[in-house]
Amino acid sequence: MTHHRGGRASHHAAAGAGAALVLVAASLAGPVTSAPTAAELEVRSLAATCAACHGTDGNAVASSATPRLAGLDKDTIVREMREFREGTRPATVMQQIAKGFTDEQTSRLAEYFAGRPPDGAH
Amino acid sequence: MNRRNVVRSLMLGGAAAGVSACLGTRTRPSAAKVVVVGGGYGGATAAKYLRLLSNHTIDVVLIEPAPQFISAPLSNLVVAGILPLADLTVSYEALRRRHGVTLMHDRVTSIDAVGKSVTLGAGGSLRYDKLVLSPGIDPMFDAIEGLEHAHAQGRILQGWTAGRDTAGLNAQLTAMRDGGVFAIAVPETPYRCPPAPYERASLAAAYLLQRKPKSKVLVLDANQDVVAMTGLFKGAWRDLYGNMLEYRNHCKAISVDGAANTVHFEVADDVTADVLNVLPPVRAGALALRTGLANVNARWCEVDFLSFESKVAKDIHILGDSIQAAPQMPKSGHMANGHAKVAAAAIVAELQGWPPDPAPMLTNTCYSYVSGQEVIHSAAVYDYRADERTFKPVAGAGGVSPHPSDREVKFARAWAHNIWADMLG
Repeated sequence: MTHHRGGRASHHAAAGAGAALVLVAASLAGPVTSAPTAAELEVRSLAATCAACHGTDGNAVASSATPRLAGLDKDTIVREMREFREGTRPATVMQQIAKGFTDEQTSRLAEYFAGRPPDGAH
Repeated sequence: MNRRNVVRSLMLGGAAAGVSACLGTRTRPSAAKVVVVGGGYGGATAAKYLRLLSNHTIDVVLIEPAPQFISAPLSNLVVAGILPLADLTVSYEALRRRHGVTLMHDRVTSIDAVGKSVTLGAGGSLRYDKLVLSPGIDPMFDAIEGLEHAHAQGRILQGWTAGRDTAGLNAQLTAMRDGGVFAIAVPETPYRCPPAPYERASLAAAYLLQRKPKSKVLVLDANQDVVAMTGLFKGAWRDLYGNMLEYRNHCKAISVDGAANTVHFEVADDVTADVLNVLPPVRAGALALRTGLANVNARWCEVDFLSFESKVAKDIHILGDSIQAAPQMPKSGHMANGHAKVAAAAIVAELQGWPPDPAPMLTNTCYSYVSGQEVIHSAAVYDYRADERTFKPVAGAGGVSPHPSDREVKFARAWAHNIWADMLG
């Protein structure tokens, strides 16, 4: 399940190094490919602040009351975060958490989660 | 303690280490190795995220003596008999199988910060490029005379960590007579998980109300007032438990008599209880003390918040409850999980020759049960302030529940299962 995560990130990092690297990265125990770029590292760190409640890379555990974010539409995430901030979307915690992120951060988070494969989708 | 002294004490601690033993085969000679010590909310998260954020280019060894992780969050439900300890217990196995972390069930006895190696309880040593310590907390038994002895005898339990004491407190509560007194003594802040003692008092009251309604719960607080979610706890106590639960402030415990089950305070009157749960003050785990890394009042470890690197020892990063926290940063499992991710990203960056992310973020949500059916929370978002070199809550964000609700029970459970998966899954 982490195969896709490693594979995707390596794909960005390798940028043209070809599919071979991506395939290699798909084997966790196998040889190392390359570290992420600085920009990838930053967005993955930012997204990790959501993981305690929404799961690693937005994949919440089965039957979680907090929703999965992986694979959601970017615009949907941005809109719902805005509604949380404005108080127009009912919530217990997110109306408080959403106000902690800027529009720019929210947009980067939404794009990141939209690009994550949901667990079980591969 | 200045850096030179710390390095000297770290050297002394590691004097026996000598040339590090080669544990395991380095199949990737170019790969950096990070040794993580402590498999709690901080350490386990660090081990996993060092692998994830480096695209598995960093070798990670996790050293943790316990065979399985047991969560302190939610453990008050075990005290009250609502959940078995097994429901809070998670295997470390996925860290190895899914993420390629090398697991060693052992203790670290000393650190050689100059030679960059740790000495293991089972013998031998392990070299590191970067060391991550998440040593948790240890009780300050010296602060309360007689407590260490009464605790060792199983008379007066504390339950700062989940496990034996948690099950023991449940057994004491279960055996208590109807009409008995459950008393919990709360130390001055800072301590691990600010709402935890008040949650425990609430859940003990919920259990007694149902099973032994003539009983009483006493909250004996060294602080001036309830230190977390004050209005919510006090309101819930009044509404749910009435006169059954009594709160007393300015009760700083100074000694206990284990035979009589009595606690003595600096000023307030003695209290004798059928079940006496005395929480001593805590400090950073023993390894941090022994190595001089706990440089703030020999109690907490001072770190650079951009990377969580120790202020007194290079290439040693410290996480979780053991650090000198930023103002308004609670000592919580959720915070430790966040520390670990900031530290992991900073380590990955440094090993690439990059500066750390200049604007890391942290989030925190603390859920507390006020009864078996109702939960409250406190939430915050923190950003790093470069000018002050610290994290601060983002103004206007965060807050607490408007009132206890059954709706938040399922979110409390979801938080626990998601964060356990985030660190160990």
